Amino acid sequence: MQRLDYLKESPSQTAGPYVHIGCVPNFCGISGVYPEDLGGVMRKPEARGEHITITGCVWDGTGTPLRDAMVEIWQADADGIYPGNEPRGQADPNFAGFGRNPGDQNTGEWTFETVKPGRVPMPDGRLQAPHVTFWIVARGINIGLHTRMYFADEEAANAEDPILGRIEHQNRVPTLLAEPQGQGAYRFDIRLQGENETVFFDV
Amino acid sequence: MSDGTFFTRDRGWHPPAFAPGYKTSVTRSPSRALISFPPTLSEQTGPVFGHDMLGELDDDLLHNYAAPGESAIGPRIIVYGRVLDEAGRGVPNVLVEVWQANAGGRYRHKKEGYVAPLDPNFGGCGRCISGEDGSYSFRTVLPGPYPWPNNGNDWRPAHIHFSVFGSGFAQRLITQMYFEGDPLIWRCPIVNTIPSREAVEQLIAPLDMNRTIPMDSRAYKFDIVLRGRRSTMFENRPEGN
Ligand SMILES: [Fe+2]
Repeated sequence: MQRLDYLKESPSQTAGPYVHIGCVPNFCGISGVYPEDLGGVMRKPEARGEHITITGCVWDGTGTPLRDAMVEIWQADADGIYPGNEPRGQADPNFAGFGRNPGDQNTGEWTFETVKPGRVPMPDGRLQAPHVTFWIVARGINIGLHTRMYFADEEAANAEDPILGRIEHQNRVPTLLAEPQGQGAYRFDIRLQGENETVFFDV
Repeated sequence: MSDGTFFTRDRGWHPPAFAPGYKTSVTRSPSRALISFPPTLSEQTGPVFGHDMLGELDDDLLHNYAAPGESAIGPRIIVYGRVLDEAGRGVPNVLVEVWQANAGGRYRHKKEGYVAPLDPNFGGCGRCISGEDGSYSFRTVLPGPYPWPNNGNDWRPAHIHFSVFGSGFAQRLITQMYFEGDPLIWRCPIVNTIPSREAVEQLIAPLDMNRTIPMDSRAYKFDIVLRGRRSTMFENRPEGN
């Protein structure tokens, strides 16, 4: 029989405790190499749509915040278009779509200053609810964790979201909902383990 | 653009989340099954970084933190290779970020307490963007092994950390590169989170004398493989989207 000859994906390894050196060097005191840390600014003041903040923390199975995690997010602009390699058109030039945040070194808390994303279609045309993709790495995390954040105040859109609808244990859906705190602020905590373990995805 | 959905990730090839030999993973590993869904635009798209963001010395760790006229201390090496996908195609224009300890095994980080000294001319970070055929390279010093608190006497093999973006966010990958012949590789609890020897071998860079620059730098080859993509992204797309 012939061989298919596909390559295997490079196996993941933990980002380790010093991920900041490579990914946000200015944050950890290595200045003068890059002018700024990647993913630090997601929107300019002129960015279209509702300007929001997303604040949260990553918690381990004992309820301790991770102070050495790196959280990245990726989302559409206010019209539901992704910046970058998006086949449907040009996204808002004042919005980056990508954010990276190492969190506070004492509390582990991070805040993304972004815009509320628009709805993005599924391949079959159904609309997804507004959401933000999260990717979490840290010491002790052997392969980056993918999850999604939805907005608790988008009840109607969430109710028809095809991805949320796939979750067998619907009582876990609230782990993906960011709670509005007023004035465009949202709170989203990620629990790696335990009773309210966040739903993570294999995408 | 030839981006379609991704090949399904072979989770058995990667380390499991829970790998008790690496103690920190015990409380940081999700215990419930990951939920699968077919990729949407949210996973198929990803941030694009342009060459214009790169500084002249970003790919030169020997000099990007060094005082003018000086250079990092340690064995000079070139690390080169290609970013490929599982179909063997080069993946162009992807950002590759690296970080590492200095030649003595010491990181420039305030949480790092190893007795080996800092090198005033070595920061430990670098980055580059893959070319049209997926190729990339940078130069640096050979990092030293270092001890870490896990079992009382665990040492990391010499390694360089890699962070790689693909053409879609679902290809996002962080991994580590090891060096041919290092006896610490097979003793390392972090390496050993990887289930098979064959998969570990994929992270070991061989010495390449043909790329070595005489009287200057040795060369190590490290290809990085990201998830493959099927053909076209929008062949199933209904009209109007
Ligand atoms: Fe390391």
